[in-house]
Amino acid sequence: MKFKRSMVLVSNDPESLRKGAADVFRAFQLELANFDLTEEISLTQFTDGGREDALPLVIVYPEACAYGPVTVADVKRIVEEHLYKGRQVDDLLAPVKELSGRIGWLKTRKGTLPSEKRVVLRRAGRIDPENIDDYIADEGYQALAKALSLTRMQVIEELEEAGLQGRGGAGFPTGRKWRFVGATKSPKKYVVCNADESEPGTFKDRVILEGDPHSILEAMAIAGFAVGANEGYIYVRGEYQLAQYRLEKAIHQAREMGLLGENIFESGFNFDIHVHSGAGAYVCGEETALLESIEGKRGEPRARPPYPTTHGLWGKPTVVNNVETLANVPAIILNGAEWYRGLGTPSSPGTKTYTILGNVNFKGLIEVPMGITLREVINIYGQGIVPGQSFKMAQTGGSSGSIIPASLQDTPMDFESFRKAGVSLGSGALLICDERTCIVDLAITLMKFFKFESCGKCTPCRVGTDRALRILTAISQGQAHLDDLDTLLKLADEMELASNCGLGQTAAVPIRDTLKYFRAEVEAHIRLGVCPTGVCDMASELEMA
Amino acid sequence: MLKIAETKDLTAIVEAAVIKHGAHADAFVPILLEINHEFGYIPGDAIRMARKFLHELYGKNPEEHILVSEGQLYGLASFYHMLHTEKTGRHVVQFCESAPCHVQGGRELWKSMQQSLGLAAGETSPDDRFTLKTVSCLGVCGVGPVVLVDDDLYGNVTPEQLADIFAKYE
Repeated sequence: MKFKRSMVLVSNDPESLRKGAADVFRAFQLELANFDLTEEISLTQFTDGGREDALPLVIVYPEACAYGPVTVADVKRIVEEHLYKGRQVDDLLAPVKELSGRIGWLKTRKGTLPSEKRVVLRRAGRIDPENIDDYIADEGYQALAKALSLTRMQVIEELEEAGLQGRGGAGFPTGRKWRFVGATKSPKKYVVCNADESEPGTFKDRVILEGDPHSILEAMAIAGFAVGANEGYIYVRGEYQLAQYRLEKAIHQAREMGLLGENIFESGFNFDIHVHSGAGAYVCGEETALLESIEGKRGEPRARPPYPTTHGLWGKPTVVNNVETLANVPAIILNGAEWYRGLGTPSSPGTKTYTILGNVNFKGLIEVPMGITLREVINIYGQGIVPGQSFKMAQTGGSSGSIIPASLQDTPMDFESFRKAGVSLGSGALLICDERTCIVDLAITLMKFFKFESCGKCTPCRVGTDRALRILTAISQGQAHLDDLDTLLKLADEMELASNCGLGQTAAVPIRDTLKYFRAEVEAHIRLGVCPTGVCDMASELEMA
Repeated sequence: MLKIAETKDLTAIVEAAVIKHGAHADAFVPILLEINHEFGYIPGDAIRMARKFLHELYGKNPEEHILVSEGQLYGLASFYHMLHTEKTGRHVVQFCESAPCHVQGGRELWKSMQQSLGLAAGETSPDDRFTLKTVSCLGVCGVGPVVLVDDDLYGNVTPEQLADIFAKYE
């Protein structure tokens, strides 16, 4: 694949089209060809231009330069001056009236694209993860030393001020969780790191654990100091053998140097960590199921409340944090809350890791500030959809994430914006699907996963996932009726309302999203007995033939 | 790996696993994992022995609280996907059927895999050579579709490569 040096986006929302955006787009095609730039510069369209007075809007990446309103007559100048000679055309820039809407948002982010901003992944691949000296030479354990010189409350306040939110998917404020546990009077408390990463398409935690294991140990010790715990568990999924090995090794080295164990930094603070291996159960990523699993039981979620913050491991107050969440902690303690707030968006500070997968040219793991859009991820980091195809939908956060249709690909990806749009950020897996993907087939795959992984404890989830899978399968075989769609939605309601834990509750999401955004495609299977993408084996069609 | 396993001393292995991990409740799953690793599955006798050794060891350290039934240990063995209660073939083929692999060619691969092995999910070939299983995401989605044979991971697998991959395992 040829690497494109720039990307040009032309708005094509109804208002832009009314103002001649289609002609502007064609003019760009023509001029890029005239200057022989077609190979180097990609040209696409986007919706949601933000402010009406600047439409049609043209955005040029990687500079994140916004031109608007652009007429056909301006196109030649933009191509010749900016794209060919490399000089920004100042008089055509969109007027910046206020820092709001898409233009303002691009301005505040100028210069941050397309390079990544690495916080939790900054050491992975740069240091030898099996050598503690490498970690120490790169600011390692300085945050712990600093934390131990503060009071417990100061550490918690710093985190609260930084606005760190849980990166496991729920986005709960980490500082508040620590405050809850810190406020309990129990003489015995625990810090548990949730490293049971099993969300399909997610492998950020594995990369952190394998590439920078000491950062997790340091963060857990800081958490232990802040909440008053002296024992920690890292629950690593059973399949992550290398991560387990490196964590064990890191713990051993840290103990040897007195960075774990008794009287750390002569402060009188004691803290030690155990690595606990999972044995293959997705549901153990749910925090109460995880605690049950450590206690030698089947990983079946507990009824909540009481929450782990008061009744956690062995019934004691427990902090449970995801790997990526913890990996942020040393950096925040060392650099301060203000530095952290400078990254990301006001409502969701910091960075987020994403795994880009599916039908894109570049697949992999990135870490970027919160608030980037799906379109940017696909086109800049994913280097575009595979040749000859176009974007159909993305599936976020593994199986329990949402299905994002093309119409939402310009929504900033942060907790609040996604919540408002009615979708979920999940754990940060971005499965990009092109037009060859059948929505019914994808929904079946997701539902199979939920059925396979349902622990079977509560009826709505155990029976609901099975019933939903049967109906979806019938749809894919052309043997369903339109009434079945109502049954599906009813099942979704029941699973969401009555399931004991997040697994059953989120199993409803793919059903809802499928019918909300792609109902026509589903109905084609039922009414016409045809799979529009040709993926499903339509049994009835074959039988009739 | 089972050829060796059959001659292994069950009692010695279970006892060693219990002593290594200790008589704590949080050692149950690690003990079972170790037994599973040695035999490819957890024989019924191993569960009885594990319970016996756990209680014997507990008797020596009465301050540690442990009381476990065979049923509870079996309950763990049947719950976790990495623990098997049935004997498996000499080689276990695991196919990742999660969405990322599925949209990257996994759908076609799974069909040809079942055909070329002549097995459906969960089945073992009559000659005990292969057991075919599906598995949830293995966390290597960047190179999907993914197939795991015993401990060997294969990424970006196409139907054409299957014959060569399986030929490596006798």
